[in-house]
Amino acid sequence: MNIKTAGIDIGSRTLKVVILNECGLVDFRIVSTGVDPIGRAKEILKDYNYDMLAATGYGRHLAQAHFNCSVMTEIRAFAIGAHHLFPKCQTVIDVGGQDSKIIKIADGRVADFEMNDRCAAGTGRFLEVMANTLGYSIEDFYREALQAKSSVSINSMCTVFAESEVISLIARGEDPKNIALGLHQSILNRLLAMMGRIGFEDDIIMAGGVAKNRCMVSLLGKKLGKKLFVPEEPQIVGALGAALVAEKERRKI
Amino acid sequence: MSNYEKMWQELGLDVGLHNEVLASIDRTFQQTVGNQKHRPERMKYFDNVLHESHGGRIAEILEAKSKGNKMIGTFCIYVPDEIAMAVDVIPIALCGGTNFSVPYAEKTFPRDICPLVKSTLGLAFSKTCPYAPIKSMAVGETTCDAKKKTWDILAQKVNFHVMELPQKKENIDVQLWHKEVREFKDKVEGLAEKKIDSNKLAQAIKIMNNKRRALEELNELRKNEPAPISGLDALVVMQAALNDEPVRFTLKLNELNLELGERIHKNISPFIKGAKRIMIAGCPAVMGNWKVHFLVESAGAAIIIDESCTGTRYFDNLVDERPTDLDGQLSAIADRYMKINCACFTPNNERIEDVVKKAKNYNVDGVVQYILQYCHGYNVEAIRVDGALKKANVPSLKIETDYSEEDVGQLRTRIEAFLERLK
Repeated sequence: MNIKTAGIDIGSRTLKVVILNECGLVDFRIVSTGVDPIGRAKEILKDYNYDMLAATGYGRHLAQAHFNCSVMTEIRAFAIGAHHLFPKCQTVIDVGGQDSKIIKIADGRVADFEMNDRCAAGTGRFLEVMANTLGYSIEDFYREALQAKSSVSINSMCTVFAESEVISLIARGEDPKNIALGLHQSILNRLLAMMGRIGFEDDIIMAGGVAKNRCMVSLLGKKLGKKLFVPEEPQIVGALGAALVAEKERRKI
Repeated sequence: MSNYEKMWQELGLDVGLHNEVLASIDRTFQQTVGNQKHRPERMKYFDNVLHESHGGRIAEILEAKSKGNKMIGTFCIYVPDEIAMAVDVIPIALCGGTNFSVPYAEKTFPRDICPLVKSTLGLAFSKTCPYAPIKSMAVGETTCDAKKKTWDILAQKVNFHVMELPQKKENIDVQLWHKEVREFKDKVEGLAEKKIDSNKLAQAIKIMNNKRRALEELNELRKNEPAPISGLDALVVMQAALNDEPVRFTLKLNELNLELGERIHKNISPFIKGAKRIMIAGCPAVMGNWKVHFLVESAGAAIIIDESCTGTRYFDNLVDERPTDLDGQLSAIADRYMKINCACFTPNNERIEDVVKKAKNYNVDGVVQYILQYCHGYNVEAIRVDGALKKANVPSLKIETDYSEEDVGQLRTRIEAFLERLK
């Protein structure tokens, strides 16, 4: 009963570790990635006596070089993790720190995916910068947005340009709540465009750090006209997927 | 290198900056092509062609020039090399594949044109292209808007000829192209100050056909499972084809093909067993640009075939060698080139059918559509290609990118996720 596998997801903003045994989740950790992700990972992993490790996320190849473990993309890891938590899941919306992805699942495997390219437009980092510009904490940012009476349209998708746009809106005397809602709306539009390209089916799961943003989840659910399922810990879905792959590999040996 | 520096100085190049360009291309080469294991022995020759493209090859052309021969610069595989060769004019493809020179073009040109055009112009504008001062004429064509308008600007400074490439494939368009091929003949005759005779043209046709046959044979060898040569190395061969003297190139390629035959016999391959077989379709990757090929193969896949101007579009179809009179030969040449399925045509059904047919023939697991950023023709055509591939049950991934490194992390994730999907 003590056999454990570990999954590590080194993202652009946060590093996630999931520990499993045969009964299920034993423990998980979420820390900021920082400038020394391998140091962080080692520090966390030394607390656990695991038999097999697999890595995913932006830093997966770095992890592979240090831990000699198998790797997979976040896209596969999120698909596996989401399918494990919600067996009827056919679409995963993963909005993380640096990129956003729409993943289509068929028979528990990735059937197709869309991913933003290049910059941080439409990602968690975008929301973080905007919250900061408005002087809100991440939590207050979506709470205030949920109380907005109307939404201000934000035209720039680029994080840098949008920031100047927000500053001029503040200078114009716009209600920060309405600006906050407008910013959420602009990410929503981008996600909807990606979903339109690839198509989506029930059940839809939202994961990644931005799934903790209740305004985002509520806007998206309303727009899709469908219930959006959010895991209890949306950030660790990728690390969970990696741990499940590690478990599969352990059984092979 | 010192001898070359003297040569570059005499050609009026900015020698210091030119050294930086070469160092930058070499660094990229070492990190990508040079980083591979189990390369065929005979690849050394083709590596060297690329290394000497600003050195030994320039010296060779200067030597030919001293005997009265001329060199012309081209920017498209639609320009019929054999006609130039028949009057001892050396055609060299001048397309740029290095990101280094892009900012030099962006000083005056809009940023949102394709990196290939910007890289080429940047080299010319920054005095780091040794071909610019030694060419007697540049030959443009009407494949895309950015190029067409660029020719207007270049024509103010250099001897420039534009071949009008039709945009449709109806009879009237084919007629236009036949006329353009003949006008090109007149142009190079004027440049060389001699008339083409049919014997000399027959010889040039044969040389180019032999080159195409050798490239076709390389492609056949790549079909083998496992492939005896990486897609990156095959790309190096194609890049060399656009620069090297064709008879020598063909000889060396035939030697490489022999080695690849032996490798197949001995079951030697640069790929791990079960590597996914990938086809690249779309835009060309000219010298200096190994980005997407490297990303695909370093993710563990094997590129088996390239449907591009640095792939099958360059060597598919031979010129009919039967006509013996000049007019018949020129028509045969025009007919062969008219079969290149450039995305500048509307409609371009032949290309879509060709991509699907090749994906099946080469038994690929997936297609990566490689689109140079702002190349609207291939980018929009990718929608139809994707649709046709879906119908044929071949997964495909579209990648739109420039020559910079900023998107490498995200591209790696997308390519690896695509390969995971194929498992």
